[in-house]
Amino acid sequence: MAIKTEPFVLNIGPVHPSTHGVFRMRATLDGEVIIDMEPIFGYLHRGIEKLAEERTYTGVIPLTDRLDYIASMSNNLAYVLAVEKLVGIPVPERAEYLRVIMAELQRIAAYLIAVGAFLNECGAFFTPFLYMFREREKIIDLFEMVSGQRLLYNYMRVGGVSQDIPEEFLPALDKFVREMPGFIDEYDRLLAENEILLARAKGVGILTKEMAINCSVSGPVLRASGVKWDIRKADPYSIYDRFEFEIPTGEVGDCYDRYRVRIEEMRQSLRIIEQAMEQIPSGTVKSEVPYLIRPPAGEAYAHIETPKGELGFYLVSDNSIAPYRCHIRAPSLMNLTVLREMVIGWKIQDAIIIFGSIDITVGEVDR
Amino acid sequence: MILALSGKEVAAQLEQQFPGSIIESSENNLLAKSESLLDIAEYLKSSPELDFDYLNYITAVDYYDYFEVVYQFTSLKHNHSLVLKTRCYDRENPTVPSIVRLYQGADFQEREIYDLMGISFNGHPNLKRIFLWEGFHGHPLRKDYL
Amino acid sequence: MILNPSLNLEHYWQTLPPDWPGGFWWHWLVFTVIIIAFVLTLVMGYIWIERRGMARMQARLGPNRAGPFGLLQPVADAIKVLIKEDIIPANADKIVHWLAPVVAFVPVLMIFAVVPFQDGALLADLNIGILYVVAISSVSTVGIFMAGWGSNSKYSLLGAMRNVAAVVSYEIPLMLSVISVVLIAGSLSMNQIVMAQNIPFILLQPLGFLLFFIAGCAEINRSPFDLMEADSELVAGFHTEYSGMKFALFYLVEYAEALAISAIITTLFLGGWRGPVLPPWLWFVLKVIIVFFVMVWTRTTLPRVRIDQLMALAWKFLFPLALINLIITGIQVLAWPEALPGVMILVNIAIMVILVLLWSRFFKLGWGRVEV
Repeated sequence: MAIKTEPFVLNIGPVHPSTHGVFRMRATLDGEVIIDMEPIFGYLHRGIEKLAEERTYTGVIPLTDRLDYIASMSNNLAYVLAVEKLVGIPVPERAEYLRVIMAELQRIAAYLIAVGAFLNECGAFFTPFLYMFREREKIIDLFEMVSGQRLLYNYMRVGGVSQDIPEEFLPALDKFVREMPGFIDEYDRLLAENEILLARAKGVGILTKEMAINCSVSGPVLRASGVKWDIRKADPYSIYDRFEFEIPTGEVGDCYDRYRVRIEEMRQSLRIIEQAMEQIPSGTVKSEVPYLIRPPAGEAYAHIETPKGELGFYLVSDNSIAPYRCHIRAPSLMNLTVLREMVIGWKIQDAIIIFGSIDITVGEVDR
Repeated sequence: MILALSGKEVAAQLEQQFPGSIIESSENNLLAKSESLLDIAEYLKSSPELDFDYLNYITAVDYYDYFEVVYQFTSLKHNHSLVLKTRCYDRENPTVPSIVRLYQGADFQEREIYDLMGISFNGHPNLKRIFLWEGFHGHPLRKDYL
Repeated sequence: MILNPSLNLEHYWQTLPPDWPGGFWWHWLVFTVIIIAFVLTLVMGYIWIERRGMARMQARLGPNRAGPFGLLQPVADAIKVLIKEDIIPANADKIVHWLAPVVAFVPVLMIFAVVPFQDGALLADLNIGILYVVAISSVSTVGIFMAGWGSNSKYSLLGAMRNVAAVVSYEIPLMLSVISVVLIAGSLSMNQIVMAQNIPFILLQPLGFLLFFIAGCAEINRSPFDLMEADSELVAGFHTEYSGMKFALFYLVEYAEALAISAIITTLFLGGWRGPVLPPWLWFVLKVIIVFFVMVWTRTTLPRVRIDQLMALAWKFLFPLALINLIITGIQVLAWPEALPGVMILVNIAIMVILVLLWSRFFKLGWGRVEV
């Protein structure tokens, strides 16, 4: 005779002690097993797309900072690339190299938070998180040298970057690039073969290749499922075709693969930065653009590979000083489509880990 | 490099399969009738030389006379992409068929367009507001909202 | 004794421990005061060690404002918690909610009645010492479940049920390791066990020590088994709905249990108060602190296990190993009672290494996805 049980509904969030922000999961549980899950968001909706229609083209750049507030250099880059495609402005060489260096440094910083938060949710009580923050502090110091800001940089401009780097930047960057591989190896040594981490993350939350492609997933989540698709190689923007780097992919598509893909990509980013530092020429950092940009009527779509995935801006202009329509293709929102499939059948603790391994930022989901 | 397929070539192929479904085609994009949207999308996905298996984005723009819904597809294997558009002229209750059946990634994006622009998608399993709360009046991204 | 005036008072005086001046009740009073002072002071010390030690291992400083080196931080915490408002959820079961911290804390304090601080210096030298300890420590689980139930919240209930399941499962390897020690020492009394340790039992029973340490960490909800109060999952588990003095009692329970397990490990495996130069009670305190430091170390380093992995670890890994350990110890005690300690140490360490390696090869942690 079986005991009669009934499923109950549990609300995980919107305020929960993980670092991902205001996000709510409404899970229907049968004991400890999740049988249905519905993600509910919109708590951080600020109407950025509507606000962009009232600002000038240059005035939208600070708005794009606040999309994925952890990786704001990449957001800026995507937007200015879209505007440059619309107008057709050439970018000086030095500015291109500076953009690549900033974007790759930002990638490392964002992956440090992603991996740290993932391990924090696995239960390694803040220790790897704080070690990674130690490295992130060095990157943020570099960014502060360049733009004066620690989190929301507003550094890129249409036609280049806003200001040149000071003299102490390149030596400090050199020092960072020489020390960082040692730290990545330290994290690997501590965590990659840890029994408990393997037991928690291997085989958990498997995302198959077909499902990933069908659900428009992008970024490390797609690569961990075995699809070798990186916009830096598939559709090179800026000057990425001059650098030599590899795209790590996973095999199975579980949480452990997503963690490994991020660690390997950090190493590849360091390679790109080294090559960029050697090749950087001197020159101006911003081409002459009018104060109020009036692009010809038309539309353009530019996408880049941010730490979260494929971020794209679709701009429609009607020859006025403000965009007619600015749509933001947010990678975190697309990646969330698969959350329900991945979580069903696992327990609450696994749901938290799977959610952490997708690594979303609510600012981008809700815009 | 992702090759952006020319709208004209694909239009020629599609006209053979589904006559009368293409309204106009240009170098960059393809404008189709909204009734035949689902057939076109299915053909684009299943035909071996086109093989568009990845949906980049769906978005909607409000030109004052009509709404235009824009789709971009990419083929990961052949490395080419295509922009498909459709228009709806109804201001009160615009509807477009939903492609959630084919591309599950369209799920949240179509809900977002419904929420912010007011365009309903036929055949979507769960068409409710995603960012704004239930009971919100109006659709903010429309040009005549404020 | 007090009610029956015809009882022979002479007989009563003769039942004292021989070296104790004054009466039985003085002995009880002094030791009660000593135990309460010891527990409270060392718990404060534990809180300080945990916060500073963990912070240092995480590349940060830890509390250093309240007093020199932050030594008064636990006092500040205690004062803060005492002056907070006591919030009770509206639909909570008032009596159960109120009684739960008491039921959880008192048994932990009662464990210290049989822990020897010096030769013969304990509150009650029960000749069933260790059995009493194991029995009493299970009672505080009832208090935790009362807390989870009485709070009328889904999170608390989930946390409490996980806790009960874990504690009940880990009792068995705990007891089996204790029985192995008792076999070698020849007595259940804690004092006798310490006296029998000419070489500390950690060398003679390495596998037993390992099993006791792991099972002990699981009993007291310390990482890597702290999913009962996991911050990132269930907010705070069974004590989500507590605030003020009751929360202080639960906090105290956690650290007092850690102190109790450290004290028992010291007594059973590390030789209690025995040591060359320093006074015995100082040796005891030092050893207790060292054991706790190892606990803090594992907490900082290791991630958390999942609930079904926790149960699998108890039943499929620790329990068979504990049984095998008991059998081997029994064989050794029966067949070679006069064997040289050095030989025995090497044999036992070799057995531990082989068994642990072998078992971890064949052990699969937890089941995966359930088909829905």
